[in-house]
Amino acid sequence: MTALAALIRRDVRVALRVGGGALIGVLFFLTVVVLMPFAVGPDLALLKKLGPAILWLGALLASLLTLDRLFMADLEDGSLDLILMSRTPLELACVAKALAHWLVAGLPLIVATPALGLLLNLDGAATGAVALTLLAGTPALTFTGMIGAALAVTLRRGGLLLAVLVLPLSIPVLIFGVAASQAAATGPLSFGTPFSILCALSLASLVIGPFAAAASLRQGLD
Amino acid sequence: MKLSARDLRCVRGGREVFSGLDFTATAGEAVAVIGPNGAGKTSLLRLIAGLLASGGGSIALEGGNDELTLPEQAHYLGHRDAMKPALSVGDNLAFWRDFLGGEASDMEAALTTVGLDHIAHLPAAFLSAGQRRRLSMARLLAVKRPIWLLDEPTSALDTAGQDAFASLMAGHLADGGILLAATHSPIGIPAQELRIGTIA
Repeated sequence: MTALAALIRRDVRVALRVGGGALIGVLFFLTVVVLMPFAVGPDLALLKKLGPAILWLGALLASLLTLDRLFMADLEDGSLDLILMSRTPLELACVAKALAHWLVAGLPLIVATPALGLLLNLDGAATGAVALTLLAGTPALTFTGMIGAALAVTLRRGGLLLAVLVLPLSIPVLIFGVAASQAAATGPLSFGTPFSILCALSLASLVIGPFAAAASLRQGLD
Repeated sequence: MKLSARDLRCVRGGREVFSGLDFTATAGEAVAVIGPNGAGKTSLLRLIAGLLASGGGSIALEGGNDELTLPEQAHYLGHRDAMKPALSVGDNLAFWRDFLGGEASDMEAALTTVGLDHIAHLPAAFLSAGQRRRLSMARLLAVKRPIWLLDEPTSALDTAGQDAFASLMAGHLADGGILLAATHSPIGIPAQELRIGTIA
């Protein structure tokens, strides 16, 4: 446990330092969501309808943007070699890295959501629903994205490849995340059904992600 | 303890780097891996460290900890030093000590031994190449491992640093450790030579 706690602590601290990249995701999220009302125009009803989808798209793209550094930074400075050789199972090390990434790149998105909801004419209940679905769904984005990050790690400049690889895995998360938020905001569907599926997607990716990522890291040894 | 390799073969990118490589190292023995650039010195060390897929042959460790794999009992000191520039010297070393399972008390002593104790608070980004090498050496001391795999260990080190490193290696061997060092220059301790690649 000490080893995993140390890994999480290190990744969080590196990300929070200048140039560490923790802010990049949330700033990108901010930019996308702030620009959207200006692009759509002053149609409040339309904004309210699109709001949850815009927030979710922003969060998805923001997490893709930061995920490609997940293993790449460790590969470049040689840390990945030592992590592979260590007595900590690689799967658990992957869990620790994904958790650290979610803490610095996923959690700030959820914290920023209430403020951005105002810009999209969302009322309290709808904003709360989006924040709740993001809380349930962003771990799925991180853990499935980790598989892509591990696959792309052997290819230099694999950033764009990561987005393409992860796309099919993130589409269900996006569908059910937006469906649940819209159900809460406008109805008529119940909030519970898509939200349960979203939670299930997160839990499944929590299990599958680390094993798949560890397997592809081992496969990519060179 | 005995580390032995039989008929090792290494293939990278479809090209055979070396084949039919044998060596044996017993406790307290150092092996200097010598060969021209591209002969596969680094590949051999990474193969032993489990960081490259083997192209054939076998590596065995006798008398080690049976519950651990060979890489888990080895230190690998490569060209890249695995230190985060944004974190301080002390934080970097403390992380590897915690992650690799070293003793808490060893860290201060390790930093003092390699002569970095006065800059433990400085971000690693500000270290020179030689100081980064010294920080990597401190990792070998902060976490105990019986096998050291060293890739060009003395590159970028000044004369005092090379002497210090030679005494560290001698101490490791005296404790019954095994070390393999890929090198172009003498490492400063008695070692059996393992030549790979064509000798001009």
